[in-house]
Amino acid sequence: MNPVLRWGRTLGYALTLPVVLVTLWWVWSADSTSYYAPPLQTILTTFGDVWFSERLRADVLPSVTRLLIGYTGAVVVGVGLGVLLGANRTLRRVTEPVLEFFRAIPPPALIPILFLFAGIGDTAKVIVIISGAVWPVLLNTVEGVRAVDDVLSDTSRSYGVTGLARLRHLVLPAASPQIVAGMRQALSISIILMVISEMFASTNGLGFSVIQFQRSFAIPEMWSGILLLGLLGFVLSLLFQLFERRTLRWYHGLRRSQRGEN
Amino acid sequence: MTQPLLDVAGVQKTYTGSGRTVEAVRDLTFSVGDGELVCIVGPSGAGKTTLLKCIAGLLEPTSGTVTLAGSRVDGPPEAMAVVFQEYGRSLYPWLTVEGNVELPLKQKKLDKARRRELVRDALEAVGLADVHSAYPWQLSGGMQQRVAIARAVAYEPKVLLMDEPFAAVDAQTRADLEDLIRSLWHKLGVTILFVTHDIDESVYLGQRVLVLSSSPTVIMEDLAIDLPDERNQLETRSSPRFAELRGHVYEQIQLAKHRKGDQHQRDELTTGSHRAGQPTVAADPGH
Repeated sequence: MNPVLRWGRTLGYALTLPVVLVTLWWVWSADSTSYYAPPLQTILTTFGDVWFSERLRADVLPSVTRLLIGYTGAVVVGVGLGVLLGANRTLRRVTEPVLEFFRAIPPPALIPILFLFAGIGDTAKVIVIISGAVWPVLLNTVEGVRAVDDVLSDTSRSYGVTGLARLRHLVLPAASPQIVAGMRQALSISIILMVISEMFASTNGLGFSVIQFQRSFAIPEMWSGILLLGLLGFVLSLLFQLFERRTLRWYHGLRRSQRGEN
Repeated sequence: MTQPLLDVAGVQKTYTGSGRTVEAVRDLTFSVGDGELVCIVGPSGAGKTTLLKCIAGLLEPTSGTVTLAGSRVDGPPEAMAVVFQEYGRSLYPWLTVEGNVELPLKQKKLDKARRRELVRDALEAVGLADVHSAYPWQLSGGMQQRVAIARAVAYEPKVLLMDEPFAAVDAQTRADLEDLIRSLWHKLGVTILFVTHDIDESVYLGQRVLVLSSSPTVIMEDLAIDLPDERNQLETRSSPRFAELRGHVYEQIQLAKHRKGDQHQRDELTTGSHRAGQPTVAADPGH
């Protein structure tokens, strides 16, 4: 089949269900008189008024900034510690019980404590995001680093690929499939924690706005905020897929060729 | 024989782990002259890989020394390149063919122009000039092993170590790769130490064949292969002298296998110097 046609067909499959769902919502809510479930048309009109305004800078930007800084922090800390722990068995044995404990604490439960110590500013929210999102990256990196192939490791040594070069050319690429899987989980955790930390205590942000609207009975505005959060998550996950496809092109190709042989 | 380039003296390797010690290599002494092509053949489980890793500086021998060009090997030397059996696991799957060959050269701090030249020449020499931008996993097994050979050649080693490099490819590919090794050896004048479990392969390829015993390993024989230098899969392999040599090595290997599992006899054999009636000639041509 010609590539344009094939692409069009894929897009068609992907769009059918969303279009059907939105249409149903639109039709069913059209004459809604319920105060809490206003017509979709009202919500969408409100969406434009609320978000394409001063709020874009005052609420959306701070949320996205916290999210990105927190997420980046989680990835950097997770990969850094993960490489260290993955390469050192003693260190891993010593830290494992503690890590398992911290990972088992639901991240939102840390919010009250963190806010006590770090205040309720941006720093505290970034810390909340890092403290929750770091775990999947950390644990996946440890596994990935441990699983570096012996033969490839010997090959690297015999060709003088040691020290930092070993990290850059062997360990990180070899662990990248696991690291990226951890980063994918961390992204959704980061979004959740961004919203929750803003709902908890904040003076701006998306989570703050949604709660504010709900408490002041601005129902269509509240719905529009939820919609925006959904869209934000969706766009970020699309961007992530793009990143993953670029970074792990070799891995998916390798997997395909292995499946083809078996 | 020319001046020894690689000298293996009294190498012994014992693995210790969880209350059990395994003596993989007992006592190996031999040397390889500059420009020689030496094959090491032994039954499976004869500690061939252990020996090769000790020579490559990837494993530290429990006792004994490996000397390359006068200096003791205590880590992977720059003048050595290794080709492993598992081509699928020794190439970087995230790098292209070119990237795989080039990475060691970057570690050698060669400038870009020189690297490009070496990569191109090496890929040409193994017949892969046109796949430089492919990924290893897009190639067949034989081609992947050619990439690994190209990487080793581009590294410009004095000694090329090969650990059963063709054990995992089909027979036809294997014959082609054997001839490739002979022709690279002629062309580059590199010293090659080729480990294999395949008797025919060792006789076909080598100038000398070292026959190993079963683990714990000693050298049973150091056999000179007096076949003509120009070898050919058809003629060489069907010549009477080839049959004689392979028959001789085969007998040695059978003896090696037979000895396995008889601890007392084996201890006697290796502790007492060569007893009467034993066909073992643990030659030490370097001295």
